[in-house]
Amino acid sequence: MRLRPDKLGVPMGALLAVSLALPMASLRANRIAAAEPQGLFAALPSAWAAGLLALAALAVAVALFARDPRLRLALPVAMLLALFVAIGEAGRTLAAEAGDYARVAPGAGFWIGAFALSILFTDAIIRLDLSPLGRLGVLAASSLALALILMTGQWDALSILAEYRGRAAAFWREGGHHLQLAFGSLAAALVAGVPLGILIHRVRWLREPVLNGLSLMQTIPSIALFGILIVPLGWAAANVPGAAELGVKGIGMAPAFVALFIYSLLPMVANTTAGLTAVPEGVREAAAGMGLTRRQQLISVELPLALPVVLTGVRIVLVQNIGLATIAALIGGGGFGTFVFQGLGQTATDLILLGALPTVALAFVSAVFLDAVIDLLPAAAR
Amino acid sequence: MRRLAGLFLRLGLLALVLAFLLAPSAFRPLLEPFAPEGAPAIYDRASLLSLTVSHLLIVIAAIVPAILISLGLAILVSRPVGAEFLPLSRAIVNIGQTFPPVAVLALAVPVVGFGTWPTLIALFLYGLLPIFENALAGLTGLRPSVAEAARGSGMTGTQRLVQVELPLALPVMIEGVRISLVIALSTATIGSTVAAKGLGEVIIAGLNSSNLAFVLQGGLLTGALAVILYDGLGQVARLADRRG
Repeated sequence: MRLRPDKLGVPMGALLAVSLALPMASLRANRIAAAEPQGLFAALPSAWAAGLLALAALAVAVALFARDPRLRLALPVAMLLALFVAIGEAGRTLAAEAGDYARVAPGAGFWIGAFALSILFTDAIIRLDLSPLGRLGVLAASSLALALILMTGQWDALSILAEYRGRAAAFWREGGHHLQLAFGSLAAALVAGVPLGILIHRVRWLREPVLNGLSLMQTIPSIALFGILIVPLGWAAANVPGAAELGVKGIGMAPAFVALFIYSLLPMVANTTAGLTAVPEGVREAAAGMGLTRRQQLISVELPLALPVVLTGVRIVLVQNIGLATIAALIGGGGFGTFVFQGLGQTATDLILLGALPTVALAFVSAVFLDAVIDLLPAAAR
Repeated sequence: MRRLAGLFLRLGLLALVLAFLLAPSAFRPLLEPFAPEGAPAIYDRASLLSLTVSHLLIVIAAIVPAILISLGLAILVSRPVGAEFLPLSRAIVNIGQTFPPVAVLALAVPVVGFGTWPTLIALFLYGLLPIFENALAGLTGLRPSVAEAARGSGMTGTQRLVQVELPLALPVMIEGVRISLVIALSTATIGSTVAAKGLGEVIIAGLNSSNLAFVLQGGLLTGALAVILYDGLGQVARLADRRG
């Protein structure tokens, strides 16, 4: 029998091998000094480096030749964990040599290696053909592993956590603002969008103008919409009794909230209508034949059947809002964008990462979670 | 009658945008109420025309390679050779779309520095996904009877691709380009936070000096460009659909 290498294993194995030759970490004498790349053996004690190399060789071999999906999952997971622990170790090793102000960050080798392993990991999960609950389990286990690494202080010597320590209180406050903006505007869009979707499903001539109008709002660039809303909200705060007490202000969270709400409406309304339209005519007739009123038909038959499509709308909106909420920082609305834009202003990469990585992680977890929930719905509803 | 009205609306919007770009000062009275006392109502640090041109150039320079690459990838994974990669490529597209554009933009800065490059990279990466997804949907969603008929008439794999599958998938592919284009036009405005030349410069100048006139002209211009391009490509897709 001839061994034929796996088609995905070839490029990803090669990428993993190359990543080990690239600088594993970068060292700067202080926060703004130029970065000096550090190879695997410079960054780590030699036992660690050799162990990592051996594990990588095994991972490449499995990626190339193994057929069993469980083995194809186990090796990338082990190697990813080893890489994550090792980068913390590299931080301690390099910082101990270079002094108190030194900053150690993951280098190109780390990122490229982690990328190749994540692709192999994703591929193995697809080959395993996990159930939705299984996917949720993998998500929970990965989050737990990451939380453990963070809580045990394994990464404390890395520069992104040095940035975090300097502003831990601000980090959690802005994180809270970010969640309030993303989830709050989603809730508002649900409350307004689902009824509007039902309305334009029933009243056919309203459909085109409403959907076109909402599409038009989407073309306005987000930073402009955030800025334009400053005026009406500022006016409302000054002139509508009680508005200012509710926290409505021209700058800050209020215009950001309203802008996210406006962007959320189109996916919510369009998906509600699409879900209702897809309910088979026969089902509707059967419900009417059973003597259900129009209202009962909607609540106990049509909406449950439309639920997966509506939830797909929720997923689109949530992922989009988590991303767009970063823009709120430009108009004083807070959120993780605060760190991204501060970091861009100070050309401080670690500060950019402190804002960008949690945003990416939040969006990713929300998407995987909602995808699994949609797949968990009874098959009849899909 | 409706088509005539649509034509007038389109030409009117195009004329309005061109008039504003060529003679912005004629619109000063309209924008003056939104500018603070004594502040300029029309952006004056660079010509709006040149900013619009460089905004469009960045978008085109990012979207054209995105079209070529994602189309190539979609063709690859829809052939028997690449079929193994089909589920994985779907998963990567799905995950990739969860990355917020701002984060991609900000993460590109440490790698390539400030200026046009990070914006180009972010727009390119973000443009790939919708185009790939739609091209794939177009190529894999053909009715089996069509592929069967093409095979039965003795066409080779390449002939089937070029003469049957690609023309039939064209309208769906163009839809992906439309989505990518609107996202890119809007995301390019954020590029100005990393010093890319474009209409975002006007909006950000307006936010920094509380000059709503600037925010309005930058935002509405970008929005109008998006509507014109989205609508124009929609017409192209309709033509392709009729022919296909």
